[in-house]
Amino acid sequence: MKSCLVVDDSKVIRKVARRILEELSFDIKEAVDGQDALDNCIADMPDVVLLDWNMPIMNGLDFLKALRRTDGGDNPVVVFCTTENDMAHISAAISAGADEYIMKPFDREIIESKFSQVGLL
Amino acid sequence: MRPEDFDLISGILKTRSGLILSPEKVYLLESRLTPIARAKGLETLDDLINEIRLHRKEALLSEITEAMTTNESFFFRDNTPFDLFKDKVLPELIKRNAQTKKIKIWCAAASTGQEPYSIAMIVKEMGAKLEGWDIEIFGTDLSNKVLEKAKVGLYSQFEVQRGMPIKYLMKHFAQVGEMWQISEELKGMVKFKPMNLLDNYMGFHNYDVVFCRNVLIYFEPDMKTKVLEKVRKAMKPDGTLFLGAAETVLGITDKFKPVTGSRGMYHTTDVSDALSSSLRTG
Ligand SMILES: C[S@@+](CC[C@H](N)C(=O)[O-])C[C@H]1O[C@@H](n2cnc3c(N)ncnc32)[C@H](O)[C@@H]1O
Repeated sequence: MKSCLVVDDSKVIRKVARRILEELSFDIKEAVDGQDALDNCIADMPDVVLLDWNMPIMNGLDFLKALRRTDGGDNPVVVFCTTENDMAHISAAISAGADEYIMKPFDREIIESKFSQVGLL
Repeated sequence: MRPEDFDLISGILKTRSGLILSPEKVYLLESRLTPIARAKGLETLDDLINEIRLHRKEALLSEITEAMTTNESFFFRDNTPFDLFKDKVLPELIKRNAQTKKIKIWCAAASTGQEPYSIAMIVKEMGAKLEGWDIEIFGTDLSNKVLEKAKVGLYSQFEVQRGMPIKYLMKHFAQVGEMWQISEELKGMVKFKPMNLLDNYMGFHNYDVVFCRNVLIYFEPDMKTKVLEKVRKAMKPDGTLFLGAAETVLGITDKFKPVTGSRGMYHTTDVSDALSSSLRTG
């Protein structure tokens, strides 16, 4: 079973994402901001990170940059999942090493299709 | 709705588009035709049906036929056909058509354009390998309305996320307000024209590849046979056909044959054995 770290400061979003991803047979962990996510990854690197952008303490992009510099931090597939939906944000995310990008609002179909694009399903 | 009214409308749909509407879909008729009645200043669907009975106006019949089509489509729908097209069909055609440097592709139920544009993106990815080639991507559909949308190439955020990798969005789309518009370059690669699969196929010849996906599913078996046999005549003797995930040629026609191990892909029968073995080794 692949592990997925769901990073979002909204409890509701984490819950929705968890439900969808559990149905797709992922083992879910949650983090509430970028720093929390980074601590999580250093302790136990997940296979996938589903990543919000705007969060307190450390945002998603800063987390991603830090993750990619961490030992083993190249491995996780990182999928942004954010309300930031303009080309500038998308480009910044992809240049920083994101593998896919979901613009909120999302549903099961979008998650499934994006995850299969990057070979997770 | 009275049974005779249902029969009238479903008869019109069947002869004009091939659509088979079963009586339990009466709610669909009501929900899609009532807005047409309203837009014409008629009070009820009954009034619209009377109007049809009285005048049988061509424009109105077309309008209700279009309104009853299912137009759902997404980019790279089901992935597999597009992977097969990219990894098997195109490389084979690049070898086979090296003399003419021409490839003809037809999307026979193109709807709002996602299918032909997905093909165009794949063709574009081939880059130098297709430099100087003439690649025709032709999208046709019964419904003018969907083709208008296809030509404009504006898609919602939801539409561009279903099935399409973000890298394609970055490469080939520009943001227009809340929507995303396909690039002029890709638009220039695809032609669109209205065409009814039940009519004659004048001007359709020598296609190397035909995508006829998620449309036969609405037809009766003998209509599927007729359409597929006409499609076959519009193709090269060694052509490739893609059908939708819930469609097949089996029990419908022997003019095409499934390609073993390649879901949704069919070869014209004359040469299918030779070709599928060359695709397997190649
Ligand atoms: C569900 S869409 C399929 C779109 C696309 N091929 C795909 O698979 O995503 C079906 C399309 O077939 C068109 N259609 C239905 N009957 C047709 C006919 N007799 N001739 C041509 N197109 C037809 C409809 O207008 C509709 O746009």
